[in-house]
Amino acid sequence: MRADPAGVLTGAHFLDGDQACTEGALAAGARFAAGYPITPSTEIVERFAARIPTVGGVFIQMEDELASSIAILGAVWGGAKAFTVTSGPGFSLMMEHIGLAAMTETPCVFVNVQRGGPSTGLPTLPGQADMMQARWGSHGDYAIIALCPSSPQECFDLTIQAFNFSEQFRVPVMFMMDEVVGHMTEKVVIPPAAQIEVTPRRHTKLRPEEYKPYASGEDLVPEMAHAGEGYKFHITGLTHDERGYPAMNPSAQDKLVKRLKEKVERAVDRITMLEEDSLEDAEVIVVSYGITARVAQRAIEMAREKGVKVGKLRLITVWPFPEKRIAQLAEKVKAFVVPEMNLGQMVHEVERAAAGRARAILVPHAGGSVHRPEEILNVILEAVR
Amino acid sequence: MAKGTVSIYVERCKGCGFCVEFCPTKVLSLSSAFNSKGYHPPHVIAAEKCSGCDLCGMYCPDFAIFGFKLKDEKPAMEPQEAAHAS
Amino acid sequence: MSAISELVVINPVEPFLRSDRMPHIWCPGCGIGTTVNCFARALIESGADLDKVAVVSGIGCTGRVAGYLKLDSFHTTHGRAIPFATGLKLANPELQVVVYSGDGDLSAIGGNHLIHAARRNLDIKVICVNNFTYSMTGGQAAPTTPLEAITTTSPYGAYEPAFNLPALAEAAGASYVARWTTYHVRQVARSMQEILKKKGFCFIEIISPCPTLFQRRNRLGDGLDTMKFYKEKSKTRHGVSTREVEMSLTGEIVVGKFVDRDRPDYLETMKAQLRSKLGERYIDPKTRIEEESCECA
Repeated sequence: MRADPAGVLTGAHFLDGDQACTEGALAAGARFAAGYPITPSTEIVERFAARIPTVGGVFIQMEDELASSIAILGAVWGGAKAFTVTSGPGFSLMMEHIGLAAMTETPCVFVNVQRGGPSTGLPTLPGQADMMQARWGSHGDYAIIALCPSSPQECFDLTIQAFNFSEQFRVPVMFMMDEVVGHMTEKVVIPPAAQIEVTPRRHTKLRPEEYKPYASGEDLVPEMAHAGEGYKFHITGLTHDERGYPAMNPSAQDKLVKRLKEKVERAVDRITMLEEDSLEDAEVIVVSYGITARVAQRAIEMAREKGVKVGKLRLITVWPFPEKRIAQLAEKVKAFVVPEMNLGQMVHEVERAAAGRARAILVPHAGGSVHRPEEILNVILEAVR
Repeated sequence: MAKGTVSIYVERCKGCGFCVEFCPTKVLSLSSAFNSKGYHPPHVIAAEKCSGCDLCGMYCPDFAIFGFKLKDEKPAMEPQEAAHAS
Repeated sequence: MSAISELVVINPVEPFLRSDRMPHIWCPGCGIGTTVNCFARALIESGADLDKVAVVSGIGCTGRVAGYLKLDSFHTTHGRAIPFATGLKLANPELQVVVYSGDGDLSAIGGNHLIHAARRNLDIKVICVNNFTYSMTGGQAAPTTPLEAITTTSPYGAYEPAFNLPALAEAAGASYVARWTTYHVRQVARSMQEILKKKGFCFIEIISPCPTLFQRRNRLGDGLDTMKFYKEKSKTRHGVSTREVEMSLTGEIVVGKFVDRDRPDYLETMKAQLRSKLGERYIDPKTRIEEESCECA
């Protein structure tokens, strides 16, 4: 359906990534946000708090991230589109409720503007070391979707995409920004509402007597109902059956968690978004994401100036990981060079998908600043030798 | 003629004894019979004293008994003991 | 004699139960089921629109209440029923949101959320069944466990002072605070009815036996013994200062309605403030924000 104009700030703006993310959420139809101040994400909810009263919705600053992360689930079941915003330490606190969102199949968005870690780390400086945590941070088997913007414009566009995926798959979506993208200011063009496609909630059309909260069809995604509509459903974090009732036995467990995983992984082709450049004759491909991809772009240009046949693969969708594409490319390249602002996270996925047919070479950076292009260039030059 | 009567869902009962104790007119007593879980459910021992106040129903933690007032037109009925399948 | 029509009389609580899930898991003599009877009757007496009542539980024996009630119900994470309820209520203020959970869930891991919701005077109703222990996990000490009580994590007797929950709720800002025991079925039902009609943060503490664990380990008899104990030891003192209602293992239990005051609730204060600053630019959050989210109106 078309975006609601009330939330769309049409026009050309000069915004930083945090601000653009807020606008993306509003354009996507988010009318509830709960958050807790944490650098470098706070501006997102600050802007939401300032904007939402004239759009029509609610912002509440909760007492901690534990509360924020579940308040949004409550709001979703009350009928709203909702999101919360945090950085590393808060992301860790939110893990239990990311799991609850996955288990109860509550559509919502968790924004993590990554900073240096671990622990309190570097509150005002970037990192990209929460990427594995985004996928595996909560206990148990489940799947999520994670998107990674590289510019304020993408902070706007991809936030809308994040909400849309969450509704389409009834899954919590991790929006993995980083402090540089969050605090860099660039031109952001916001189109008219009529040009923005938002995915509506997959609300059931069945009558209460017929409706089962977790019965699903071909795409393994159940239809939803909201509290207050007469459906009188039960939702629980316990392993449950199609009626939503606790069913704590191995057979129900098998059925449920496999479906939670498969509903996302089966649709990987529809979820995968990549930016590819010069892959046709590439001997080496640089795989990167977030702000690091912007630095990698410079390194790639420098390498090409030296005549190196290097290609670029930017991960926009990070989870589910595009292993098919990597496997495909691994057939024809010598190596993947993976710069990331951590000591090795997505490089392991690249290596796994390459399955030995091409090397995966990490260009690590412990965080606190972005790579220098030369750091990445040197590894590219080494890799083609 | 009793003003009320009770309905007992024998299979739900866990023999806690609240209904027996708190019935104001001591209509009930735990029976020597067992339900399938091995608990002694209550039975009516003084039907004529039942007022249908439903205090037993309010106390029962297992939703296994409730009392109700009988309509005047109805003749005094035998107390209901419904052994429903669970 | 006129023909007797088949008058099927059903238990007043039955329409509120997911009968396909009976019998429930609570032990013989546990008082949680008793509180559910009271809740059912309160819902009937208050004329509540059952489509609009939403029950939110945390984890624990009392937390299982959500699963047995045939209402929109949510069995959430340990300690976090109240913030979930916060989001639910703010997204759809037409809902009557009732948090139904235990003493450990609400005052230990959930303690922070309890005090903030009370501070905000959110229009949610909290029913706290207090059996002085973490029953579901085998009977550990809780912030409400009285001094000297034996639990699995206080095997030589508890030496931590216990929370006085009514005082905590009142100090944090609750608009309604009452305590009863599971012996006081009529009063519990009446209090529940009152809070269903009241706007603002309401808190009812219901003292209940845990015969299998707390009562047994402290040699306090079974459920019935405990109910008789409540009958004997309870003193109704409406309006008494909550500072004076501390509990001990075998001492007097002060029950009653301690606090009943009127303050604007969270949404009222929020809207008033925003309206005063933004005037006509302020858009009242729709009673159902849902119009933004789906095409299902």
